[in-house]
Amino acid sequence: MHLSRPDLAIIQNWIQPNSRVLDLGCGSGDLLDFLKQKKQVHGYGLEIDDQKITECVAKGVNVIEQNLDDGLSNFKDQSYDVVVMTQALQAMKRPDLMLEEMLRVGKECIVTFPNFAYWRCRFYLAVKGEMPVSKSLPHTWYNTPNIHLSTFRDFEQLCKSRNMHIIDRAVGNSEHESHWATNLWPNLFGEVAIYRVTR
Amino acid sequence: MPNAIPEDSVGIVEPQIARFDTPLELTCGRTLDSYELIYETYGTLNSDRSNAVLICHALSGTHHAAGYHSMDDRKPGWWDAYIGPGKCIDTNRFYVVCLNNLGGCSGSTGPTSIDPKTGNQYGPDFPVMTVPDWVNSQVRLGEYLGIETWAAIVGGSLGGMQALQWSINHPERMRNTVIIAAAPRLTAQNIAFNEVARQAIMSDPEFHDGRYADHNTIPRHGLRLARMVGHITYLSEHSMGDKFGRDLRTDKINFGYDVEFQVESYLRYQGETFSESFDANTYLLMTKALDYFDPAAAFGGDLSKAVAQAKSNFLLVSFSTDWRFAPSRSEEIVNALTEAGRNVSYACVESPHGHDAFLIPNERYEAIFSAFMQRVADQAENVQATEKGEAACI
Repeated sequence: MHLSRPDLAIIQNWIQPNSRVLDLGCGSGDLLDFLKQKKQVHGYGLEIDDQKITECVAKGVNVIEQNLDDGLSNFKDQSYDVVVMTQALQAMKRPDLMLEEMLRVGKECIVTFPNFAYWRCRFYLAVKGEMPVSKSLPHTWYNTPNIHLSTFRDFEQLCKSRNMHIIDRAVGNSEHESHWATNLWPNLFGEVAIYRVTR
Repeated sequence: MPNAIPEDSVGIVEPQIARFDTPLELTCGRTLDSYELIYETYGTLNSDRSNAVLICHALSGTHHAAGYHSMDDRKPGWWDAYIGPGKCIDTNRFYVVCLNNLGGCSGSTGPTSIDPKTGNQYGPDFPVMTVPDWVNSQVRLGEYLGIETWAAIVGGSLGGMQALQWSINHPERMRNTVIIAAAPRLTAQNIAFNEVARQAIMSDPEFHDGRYADHNTIPRHGLRLARMVGHITYLSEHSMGDKFGRDLRTDKINFGYDVEFQVESYLRYQGETFSESFDANTYLLMTKALDYFDPAAAFGGDLSKAVAQAKSNFLLVSFSTDWRFAPSRSEEIVNALTEAGRNVSYACVESPHGHDAFLIPNERYEAIFSAFMQRVADQAENVQATEKGEAACI
């Protein structure tokens, strides 16, 4: 079996065998299914989409219907090794509180989000004067679920101000392919990033 | 009456009776020396007996969960929407067992049975049952049927509570647990509603301290009221409003106390039908079993410690407008299970039908229930394949 989404392939490298994992916005459970089979990970996915919840159940992935904006108060402090959230932080009502919650429940967390300072976004806004629409940000401003877009620099500043430590970072294009330019100047050339954060 | 049996029905079914002569010790301290359980089965037990599913019924449920007893039946069994060939609990793959609980009034030993010691009906002298007592009697039924391990134990409402108790008390005897629209224990409000129902029955002059049979009567009026109040808690405000609104039976208000609104007429009808078919002492007993249910109590009130005993995979389902056992009550069980690191999936299904939703067809409920049960069936078939493989090696 393999993971079709490249970000998930990177994430799974950062997760130790036999760990306890909470996957926030787990979709149809591909990551947890992979981790369960390849790394004997025990975990739960939280999801609100009916269809995806059923897909998880059909795969045998533990899935719990829960709205992430309501917080994680039903999970105890430091009860998971890793809390993962892919492509959803920017859709949270309060991404900062979400991050705090993730680090309360988990020993470390892994988040991925699109970079609003990516050169195409900057170009789109500067030249067209419109909110950028791209592969990683496919919605228009009025119907987008992405209500808290940020840049890599914004995110890193948030982490710093809250005493959160970034252990790892992988930057790439929407396919998560790395390029020399993304490594040299990530906030301009990186389209999406995966951060691994701890206290 | 069905003109023809629908293709996805288990068809005409016949109840069977199992008799037990080994005394059953009860939580209340008393013992039932012998008893009978009436049950039905649907589907075929496979050769290694790995595909058996036990259905536990709710407050007023019976052993008749699916199919028809005769072509004259007006309605099929109480969970026919979910049990049958190709349905969520697929009788092409599972051997399904449903029984009437001890203390019931549909054929299992209960208050209307004859007490062998006196030669008279037990009536109010029938011991008060608890959920663990039911589970113990169900374990024996499994042994009687030759089922060592159930593929799944499934139940809604009070039935879900039995499934939960099973998972804690008999983790080795089951592989999966499905708990629908249930709660880990009753709230004060739940108990209060039950008490109103009991008072309605017990204050009926025809109740005669539970010995109404000796007086050739039944506490009809009390049972009617009990059912009416119970029924209100099964529906949602929305579904009642939708069904009846403020519609009148006639075209004008009569300024009297007879039935005027449609909802009154409906409740009276529900009460009347029920009072003629259900035994009052059984109703009292069932509501007490609900009130006493509290599997965490044996673990210092810690539900997660209680469910840590379990080994099965769990599916929990709640319904958005259920206020009898609200989604938050199911979530208490889910949280205890995740804390204990057990395999669990949970969905809160959007439905206007309140607590009754667990009995009513609903696309999303069917999708998730069926996805789970298909895995249970695959697992049962794998168990069989593995055992056959091992047998071949020998």
